Amino acid sequence: MSFKDIFYPKSRKKYITLPPPSEASNPQITGVETCPQCGSHNSENLLQNSLKVCPGCGYHYPLTAQERIWMIADNNSFSELDDRLMPADPLSFPGYADKLAKVREETGLKEAIITGKAEINGEKVVMGVMDRRFLMGSMGSVVGEKIARVFETACAEKAAVVLFTASGGARMQEGMLSLMQMAKTSAAVARFHQKGLLYISVLTDPTTGGVTASFATLADIIIAEPGALVCFTGPRVIEQTIHHKIPEGFQRAEFLLEHGMIDQIVHRKDLKQYLSKMIALHRWSDKQ
Amino acid sequence: MTYKYSLEFEKDYQEIEKKLAELKEIAQNKQIDFSQEISALEEKLKEYKEEKYNTLSAWQKVQIARHPARPTTMDYIAAIFDDFFELHGDRCYKDDPAIVGGIALFNGVPVTVIGHQKGRDTNQKIKRNFGMPHPEGYRKAVRLAQQAEKFKRPVICFIDTQGAYPGVEAEERGQGWAIAQILMKMSVLRTPIISLVIGEGGSGGALALGVADRVLMLSYAVYSVISPEGCASILCKDVSKSREMCEHLKMTAQDLYAMGIIDEVIAEPLEGAHINPDDTYKIVKEKLQSHLDELLNLKMDDIIDQRYKKLRNIGIFREEVLIE
Repeated sequence: MSFKDIFYPKSRKKYITLPPPSEASNPQITGVETCPQCGSHNSENLLQNSLKVCPGCGYHYPLTAQERIWMIADNNSFSELDDRLMPADPLSFPGYADKLAKVREETGLKEAIITGKAEINGEKVVMGVMDRRFLMGSMGSVVGEKIARVFETACAEKAAVVLFTASGGARMQEGMLSLMQMAKTSAAVARFHQKGLLYISVLTDPTTGGVTASFATLADIIIAEPGALVCFTGPRVIEQTIHHKIPEGFQRAEFLLEHGMIDQIVHRKDLKQYLSKMIALHRWSDKQ
Repeated sequence: MTYKYSLEFEKDYQEIEKKLAELKEIAQNKQIDFSQEISALEEKLKEYKEEKYNTLSAWQKVQIARHPARPTTMDYIAAIFDDFFELHGDRCYKDDPAIVGGIALFNGVPVTVIGHQKGRDTNQKIKRNFGMPHPEGYRKAVRLAQQAEKFKRPVICFIDTQGAYPGVEAEERGQGWAIAQILMKMSVLRTPIISLVIGEGGSGGALALGVADRVLMLSYAVYSVISPEGCASILCKDVSKSREMCEHLKMTAQDLYAMGIIDEVIAEPLEGAHINPDDTYKIVKEKLQSHLDELLNLKMDDIIDQRYKKLRNIGIFREEVLIE
């Protein structure tokens, strides 16, 4: 059984079994990885055992959506939602259809987000995980629709929402339809908040543009992974505008914490515990 | 006639217009009757212009939308509203001149007006940061919108910006956070909201004033996820491809109406709002009034529901059918 079959089984089961990430097909990582932060050489096995965090300097390697789900959701608890939604090419934008076909082939993903119901240490959640390998995690019609449905499902089930963001922003190739997804997802969050339910967003590297300027920063609790770049305008564009280099660490998670933009930075090894405890704390309000 | 700044395609006929004016002057001075010939020429010129303006490319519309003489938010406020009281500041950090807001009378009804302000001369442009807001601009807009909600005033927004300012301070103070907040709060604001794109609507910085019950656009205005230049530089790594990208982005009022993203296209006078501002103000005022009348006749709960449903339905995708 290939990895693709696990996520999109021909016979639809209610629950799917996720393999440990060592089986996850990631063609880029073979044998030894050089850490982009400290330059130390880490073996693939070492990284898998340390949740893909460099043991030397604590650099958090990017995760695929599947790896993230494996890491956060309890075993066999994840059941995918809306896995049939596929991107269209509404503007017949040159090169878009080919790009979609290529990235689908390479990653086995259908879109830049996987959503589903799951349990985190027994706490019921509706979760969504963006994957930056799919056109830089950009938000088009499908991503916007899936996120709106996450909030609607969670409203109906009175469950908490946990979203892991990673995105280059709105997807240019779908034009204004993409931009409007910012308004659509923000409106869905507003309705969700009115129900008194908990929304936690986990900002991972990189979260930028239209995603930062919509649902990602509208959570009750906003946490980030160490070193994650989170911004509206990316550093490259700012440098072009102001014509000089911007300082090291600008727009990184630590910078955002200092500037009061996020609640906490949580190390990957503590993330699951943090989420489940936080959700448990809010369950009290359900009983009132 | 003098033209301080002419677009490429305007030059084509402005030369003829000048000659025609000269001819009229000569005829008058020498007291020769050329009136028949002149009116024939004028007729022909009108036909030529009509054909030209009915077949404008998206790129040409972008040029009109960015025209330096195009009326700005403050011009519309002065022409359409009475008793405008400008209100300043976000109560957190400072006042952002790139977004203006305040209370005014619209045909005798108090409304809150909020809009991007680009500025016309160099000094004004610098003061207004070329209409590119910082987070405090959006926070001021939220403040004024919530004040409007409290006093049951409708909100009228004017969109005219290249986008939110891409700078260090803007990022430090949470540009993304500020835009997200305004999008969320406007989506549930319990008062009618009408937004009108009067010039250039660029990206999230424009959308921030675009969550509304009615989104209207002037016929030569544009509204896009990214500027054509930005799109060309990211996708093609070549800014000279901007014209080409511009056609693909479907950013004109007519394209967006066809996609159901905006509710109405307001026809500008033939050569655009900058040539004939007074007629533009007149038609904008009429259209705003008719949409406002419709909204004021609805129940607030229905308005909020319809606002959500409209946003909720935007998006085009496929749903894969599995054969069991």
